[in-house]
Amino acid sequence: MPDGQENIPHLLNELIPQASFFTQVVNHGILGHYVATASLATGVYETFNNFAAVPPNNPTVFEYFRKDLNRPATDTWVVAPSNGFNRIGESGNRLYGEGLGAGVILPKRLLSAALQGAGEPQYEHLLRDNYETPLYTPELAGNRVDLHEMAELLKMSVSEFTTHARNVASPDELSVYIAHQLMHQLAPSLLWITLHDIDIAHSGAYSLYIDAIRRCDRLCAEIWKTIQSEPEYAGKTTMFILPDFGRDSDTDPGGNGFQHHRTGDALSRTTWMMALGPGVRQNAVIDRPLESTDLVPTIGSLLGFSARFSQGKPVAELT
Amino acid sequence: MQPSTLDVQQFGKYPPLARQIAVENIALLRELPLAFAPLLLRELIGYDWKFPAERREIDSQFKYLASLTPQQRVAELQPFAQLSLSSNLENLDWINDPAGFSERLSAHLWTSHQMDGFRTASLRYVDKVHAATPKPVLPFYRLGIVIVGGGVAEATSPLFRKLRPQGVYFSNVDAANGRAVLLDLVRQRAARYPIPFGHWYIDGAKNQAEPGITAVCYSGLDQVRIALVDKMREVMQPGNGGPEYLRSLLARMRPEDFGLPGNGEAGVLNRFQVSVLTEGSGTQLFSTTFVQWTAREALRRAQPLTLLARFTPRQHEQSMRDLLAGVKEAPQLDPQGSLVDANMGAYYTWINQQRLAGAEQSRFLVWFENHKEVLAIAPGLQHGSVDNRATTLPAVLAKMTDQS
Repeated sequence: MPDGQENIPHLLNELIPQASFFTQVVNHGILGHYVATASLATGVYETFNNFAAVPPNNPTVFEYFRKDLNRPATDTWVVAPSNGFNRIGESGNRLYGEGLGAGVILPKRLLSAALQGAGEPQYEHLLRDNYETPLYTPELAGNRVDLHEMAELLKMSVSEFTTHARNVASPDELSVYIAHQLMHQLAPSLLWITLHDIDIAHSGAYSLYIDAIRRCDRLCAEIWKTIQSEPEYAGKTTMFILPDFGRDSDTDPGGNGFQHHRTGDALSRTTWMMALGPGVRQNAVIDRPLESTDLVPTIGSLLGFSARFSQGKPVAELT
Repeated sequence: MQPSTLDVQQFGKYPPLARQIAVENIALLRELPLAFAPLLLRELIGYDWKFPAERREIDSQFKYLASLTPQQRVAELQPFAQLSLSSNLENLDWINDPAGFSERLSAHLWTSHQMDGFRTASLRYVDKVHAATPKPVLPFYRLGIVIVGGGVAEATSPLFRKLRPQGVYFSNVDAANGRAVLLDLVRQRAARYPIPFGHWYIDGAKNQAEPGITAVCYSGLDQVRIALVDKMREVMQPGNGGPEYLRSLLARMRPEDFGLPGNGEAGVLNRFQVSVLTEGSGTQLFSTTFVQWTAREALRRAQPLTLLARFTPRQHEQSMRDLLAGVKEAPQLDPQGSLVDANMGAYYTWINQQRLAGAEQSRFLVWFENHKEVLAIAPGLQHGSVDNRATTLPAVLAKMTDQS
C-alpha cells in the first residue's frame, strides 16, 4: 500500500469506488487556509490578507446560487470550525454581497458562548484557530449565526448542544454534528462544510496530524452516509470532497515537510478532488489537471446558475 | 529607496562585522535589484551572531556576485529585477529592517501571483552560488544520531519505514547503556575534531553543556518558553495586534529580552535558541517539535560534523471531550504519539543532513531507546536490508565506521 493510504480507509474503500476521482487539482493562488477556501468558494484566486476578517472580493457560490435561482437564505449554509472563516458566506461584490450569501455557523465559537453563558471557564485551547499562530482568536463579523439563532434554527436547546459537544473528540466532529442537524431540520440545497482539525500539522506533531487525517477520513464517510439516510437528500445529492491545497514536500529545503504549506512547490499546490452522486461516473480516475477555481462553475452547471465572475471552467466529466 | 542610492552612512546601525562587509561591498550592493538586495542584507545584518558555517555562506554569496562582470550580474539577477514591486515596498526602511521588508515582499509576491517566479529565481540563484563555491573539505565523515521512543514499552507501528530503504534495519541489537555509548561517541568526535559549533547534542528533556559540544535542551528553555507564550497570549487577544504583528514582534526578540546574554559565543547560541522558539511553529508547545526543528536549524545553519538528537515524550494533547469534561490532571505525556512524531523527525533529520557537503560519506543512525531496534545508514551498508542477528550497538557503530 502506498505510504499514507493506511490513514484514509474510508475514502479509499467506501467513497472512491462510488466516485469520479480527480488526481490533480492545482491551486495557483495564495496558500493560506481562509483565502484559499474563499477562492474555492468564488472560483477566483482571491488576494486578500489570509488573517484579515474580510469578505471575499468576488461573488461566492452561495450568492450565485441564491440570486440566479431566487433561493431563500435558509437554503444555503456554511459550517466552519475555524473562527477565521466567519466572512466566507458572502462577498464584498456590489452586484451580489449583503443579503444574498449563506448563513455561517461557527460551532466552536458557539460552544464557547454556551459555556460562557453557563458560567463555565473559557477554553483557550478550544478557540485555538490555527497552529501557525496558536493563540489567535480573530474578531468576528459578517453573517454568522449566534447561539440562540442556531438553537432556534436547529430546534435544539443550548444545553442539548453543549451536552453533545461534551461527547465529541474534536471541533470537526462538532461541525459534522451541526451539519447533520442542518440537513435534518432545514435540508439546505447547498451546504459547505470546512473541516480544519488537520491544521494541527502546523504544530509539527506528526502523530496528531495523522490522527486528524483519520478523523477527517471517517467524517467524510459519515457525511455521505447521512446524505444517503436523509429522505431530502438520498439519491439526489452530489457531494464534492477536496482539500484547499497540499503541503510542502518532505524534500523541499524551503519547507519542513508536512508541517506547512509555504514553499509554493508542486506538492503544496497540487491536491485532489472526488465527486459522488447521481449522474457521476463511479470508480473513475481522471488524471488530467484541474484548477481549484473549476469547482464553482462545475457546481453552477449542475445546479443551473452562472458563475459569471469565476476564472475556472466547468469540469467536463461532471457536467 | 532603491539600492542604487545606497550610502555607507546608512549602515551605521549595523553591528561591526556586518557593517564592515556592507561598506566593503557598497558598490556591489548598489547594483542589486530591490527584490534582492534586502534579502542579502537580511542575512548580513545578523552576521556578527551567526555560526561560522553561516558566515561562510554569506561570504560566498558576496564572492560569487563580485566575481561576475556587471553584465553577467544584470543577467543573473534579471529574474529578480523584473518582479513588479509596489512603491510601499520601496518606501520601507529595508536597510535597517530587512526582515520586515522580506515579510512584506513575501505577502506582495503571493497576492500578485509572482511567488512562483520568485521561487524559481531563488532556487536558480542558490544553485549558481553553490556551483561557484568550492565544497568545504570535512575533517571526517558527518554523523547524525537520533534517539526515539523513550518511555514506550512497545511500538504499535513499524519503525523507520521511510528510512529503511536507505540502510540496514537491525532488529536484535543489545543496546545496553545505549545513550552513554552514543554520547561517548559524540564526545570522542568533539575531542578529535574541535570545531566551533561542530558537534551538537539536542535533547527533548534535559542535557548539560560539555566541552566542545553545543548542548540545547527543551527543559533548559522552560523560562524562555513560558515568557514567550505569555507574550504571544497577550498579543493575540482581539484588538492587540493579530498574527502578523506577532510574527514581526517575535522576529525582533533577542536573548536580552529573556534575561540571557546576547553577545559573545554564548550570545550566538542564545540567539539561535531564541530563534528556534520564535520562528519555529509548535516548538513552544511540544518537545518533539522542538527537537525536530532544532535539529533542522542546527544542520541548516551550523552544518555540524556531529549531531545527536534525542526525542522524549511530549505533553499529551487533550481532546475536546477531555477538555470540556474538566479533566485537569497534572500534565500528562504521550509516549506513543511522541514515538510517531520522532519517527518522522528522524526521517527529516536525515533529509536535512543529506543536504550538506559530504552527504555521500555521511552516516546516520536511529535507535529505539532501550529497545533492540536500530537503523543504520552508511556508505557500503546495503540499502533496504534487514539484519536479524544478535549484535551490539558498538558493533553496529563499528560496521558504519568500517565502510569508510
